Amino acid sequence: MIRNLVATTIRQTRLKARQGLSFASGELKSHPQVLIALTAGLVLVSAYWGIEGKDAALPFSLLAVAFSLASGFLGLGADRHPRLLRHASFLLLGLSGIAGLLGGGTALIGRAAVDLSLPLGLPWLDWNLHIDALSGFFLCVISVVLLAVSVFGPHYVREYEHGTHPLSLLALATGLFIAGMQLVLLAADAFFFMIAWELMSVASYFLVAYTHEHAANRHAAFIYLLMAEIGALFIILAYGVLVGFGDGFTFAAMKQATLTPLWASVAFVLALIGFGMKAGIVPLHAWLPEAHPVAPSHISALMSGVMLKIAVYGFIRFTFDLLGDLLWQWGVVVLVLGAASAVLGVLYALMQHNLKRLLAYHSVENIGIIFMGLGLAILFYSDGHPTLGAIGLIAALCHTLNHAIFKSLLFLGAGVILQRSHESDIERMGGLIHRMPVTAVLFLIGCISISALPPFNGFVSEWLTYQAALQVSALDSGVLRSFVPVTAAMLALSGGLAAACFVKVFGVVFLGKPRSHHAQHTRRLESSAAIAGMGWLAGLCLLLGVLPTPLVRLLEGLTVQLTGSGLPETASRGWMWLAPVSADTASYAALGVMLAMGLAWMLSYEWLHPGHEHPEREAYPWDCGFGALTPRMEYTASAFAMPFRRIFADSFVVHEEIEKQSADADGLKVTGIRYRLHVSDLLWRWFYEPVERWLRWSVRHIGRLQTGNIRVYLGYSFFTLIFLLWVIS
Amino acid sequence: MAWLLNLLQVILFVATAPLLAGWIKKLKCWSQNRMAPSVLQPYRDLFKLIRKETVVAEGASWIFHMAPYIIFSVAVLAAAIVPLVAVQLPTARLADVIVLVGFFALARFFQALAGLDIGTAFGGMGSSREMTVASLAEPAMLMAVFTLAVSMSTTNLSAAIATLLHEPLTIRPSFVFAGLGLALVAVAETGCIPVDNPATHLELTMIHEAMILEYSGHHLALIEWAAQIRMMIYAVLLANIFMPWGLADNFGLAALGWGMIAILVKLVGITVVLVLAEAVLAKMRLFRAQHFLGFAYLLALLGMLTHVILEVG
Repeated sequence: MIRNLVATTIRQTRLKARQGLSFASGELKSHPQVLIALTAGLVLVSAYWGIEGKDAALPFSLLAVAFSLASGFLGLGADRHPRLLRHASFLLLGLSGIAGLLGGGTALIGRAAVDLSLPLGLPWLDWNLHIDALSGFFLCVISVVLLAVSVFGPHYVREYEHGTHPLSLLALATGLFIAGMQLVLLAADAFFFMIAWELMSVASYFLVAYTHEHAANRHAAFIYLLMAEIGALFIILAYGVLVGFGDGFTFAAMKQATLTPLWASVAFVLALIGFGMKAGIVPLHAWLPEAHPVAPSHISALMSGVMLKIAVYGFIRFTFDLLGDLLWQWGVVVLVLGAASAVLGVLYALMQHNLKRLLAYHSVENIGIIFMGLGLAILFYSDGHPTLGAIGLIAALCHTLNHAIFKSLLFLGAGVILQRSHESDIERMGGLIHRMPVTAVLFLIGCISISALPPFNGFVSEWLTYQAALQVSALDSGVLRSFVPVTAAMLALSGGLAAACFVKVFGVVFLGKPRSHHAQHTRRLESSAAIAGMGWLAGLCLLLGVLPTPLVRLLEGLTVQLTGSGLPETASRGWMWLAPVSADTASYAALGVMLAMGLAWMLSYEWLHPGHEHPEREAYPWDCGFGALTPRMEYTASAFAMPFRRIFADSFVVHEEIEKQSADADGLKVTGIRYRLHVSDLLWRWFYEPVERWLRWSVRHIGRLQTGNIRVYLGYSFFTLIFLLWVIS
Repeated sequence: MAWLLNLLQVILFVATAPLLAGWIKKLKCWSQNRMAPSVLQPYRDLFKLIRKETVVAEGASWIFHMAPYIIFSVAVLAAAIVPLVAVQLPTARLADVIVLVGFFALARFFQALAGLDIGTAFGGMGSSREMTVASLAEPAMLMAVFTLAVSMSTTNLSAAIATLLHEPLTIRPSFVFAGLGLALVAVAETGCIPVDNPATHLELTMIHEAMILEYSGHHLALIEWAAQIRMMIYAVLLANIFMPWGLADNFGLAALGWGMIAILVKLVGITVVLVLAEAVLAKMRLFRAQHFLGFAYLLALLGMLTHVILEVG
């Protein structure tokens, strides 16, 4: 029985792989010029690489940007020729991913530091480009997801071909969005950084607003644009402080700026708000659960998996590179915000029924974990423990990559589920594991990874974060020493809740009986392209979970370049061992754990599995003797999350309504019950509504200045002039 | 040599876990004035279940079939990194105490998924409750073991206990708190009164049993055995972290012998306390469990804070 099931799943996976391979080889045979071009490209690239060495990082990265832009502009013709989007645009995105991986990888491995200034932009300010290990690493993060999207996309967008939405817009906005993200990483002056940042924000606005016929989507897109622009204002102000104290707009000049602790803190807070708003830390996350579910799924994967990470990049660049001297108070603030985001993000995620909205709330949680790592790093650096700080930073960066991978995997999986089952509400799914077995396996890998369970990659980065938090004894101040464990406890709580949440997701979506007509009649078809795209990410989840040490070593090189300190003993025990502090303090050999798990599984299967003389028998499940189990008797997602709703009732705004229809006047004979439940974000009530009220109030009062009378306005001008003259004199 | 002894210890751990379950059952019967079955009864039950025909509910997916093996093998791995008789385990370097908690979480993840697989209400109910209890218990357990880890400045369980073993006898206030916290977690996680009552006949009050209601035959045997191993791990953790005396710190025959006797005495003591607690307490309502676990969390956090405030520097 079990052999059959496992064998079927394996056979299907193998069949898909073989189909894909035979298709690819068939294509290559019929078009030999493709093969020749590929070989020539490969030879050229490796020759260039061999000659230039690590200086090749920047040209490759610029090539990636060029490919993204080309993909966008080529897609302009997609309205007339939809095949252009499917084949050319996504192919170029894939090439952009490969070029980005080459460029970023070269920069990260070689610890390159290459500068270039382009004679564009303002007359007195060239566009300055710079690539180093930090930007290289984030370029790799983009590229890894981009590769998956470029494979996954062509099949997925077919759905939009028959719709009323212009495909050219989708292609153009996607290309510009990706190019914007890549340029943010390459920018080395504030002016160019903001141009690239706005390119990213505005292009993604069009993607969020892509299916604009629903009012809710327009609303989400508006909130997104509003918060993105407010965030950008804060970033401009933050750069303004540094420009004011330094002598130029370039990052190199900003690094030279000497700031008093007060001004440094002002710049830090402005940057934290600006980048935090884009990253989606609590309480600035309101746009995230609105905007991410609305965009097409491959775009959601890019937004949630990558765009939030660009904000993390901005924060790291600003804090660790440009500001220089760190203060411990910043660490406390970041740690508190990170812990709050981690716990609240997962609590709100537990209450969601819309699959993509749930995943978006989980991004808030994971950004919280990343910021916890950064907060610990700031604390340790400011306290004079650069080695321990490096662990925090590495944990944060590691989680950045890991979250990008498993969150994109989950969003792509969600895309397949929504497209096949035509349902977005998980209460109406169920039993999909029988309909889409391969997707189910890949989605399960994503679920295990995001729940931080061994031996997958999410566990590694949480393990590193714990290790950083456990070095608390090194801190001098007793207050800080007692404060860090509290945040570690919050991280532990968020881990437990995340596991519960993904049991709910996988259990309700894939297991059990189908809960709706659509779920029951989901097409069995699983496209090879979608599976290849997700399989790449799932494979990385396992690979980075089992062999994390090479990645950690690369990241160590990054921290050495960024802050001048690395880990003393990462590599002391060889490639298999992860031992960030020292071999005696903590070690984790994920490969050993994986192998031991496999061995234990095989042995238990071999010894305890009954042979053919004791066959398994199928029978009807236990129904308490009432007969006929129906899908309506299944546990629903709301029921699953009910204990959490009750235990953490103070964190939500819960509207619960029960309507009873009764046939008789006394209400004793109930014919129908209607149950309505709406759980919403507490922060809307605590934070956004007061801000909105205050804003309206102040606008109303300031508005009184506008009398509409020309004489009054002239008076204003006159007095302003007098005031300014007085100031100058 | 060390690896071989480590392997022997794992086998001993896995093989004696049903014995501990039998002993607890015996103590329970005595405390309730009932005739007790033999301490070997759990072995007979396991043997019977393995030989019996396995009935699988209709519509089960591969998750349902795989889960028992995953749960069992993960339990065995978890047992491999907990020092039972001797410290200095080579396996403890492969996986530290955070991985141990991760193992428990992994097993629970699959168990809860298996509960949802058939699509009956009981399975879902059990899964939901189990995940609720676990998501509150897991942080408490992490904080309790972190108190040990920070005090001994290592998360390697075996090394931490070895360091503790070589220290002169001191009562650490942080360990008292952490030990109490871990004890409460152990009660919740192993399905004991007052959080859960595996002996109940009412599906509506079940937590753990509701999840595995559809299992039978060798699947059920694996799950039961894994649960017994988990029970034993918690008992051994409590015994060896907070009362490490008597553990063998080398692999000499005499030291190992003393280690055996020591762990036997400690386990007997702990089980007596556990059974007495079960005898005098009543099962709580489900929504009182959060207070119970919140208390455990608080105790463990207090242990950690006591350590970093009072015992460092």
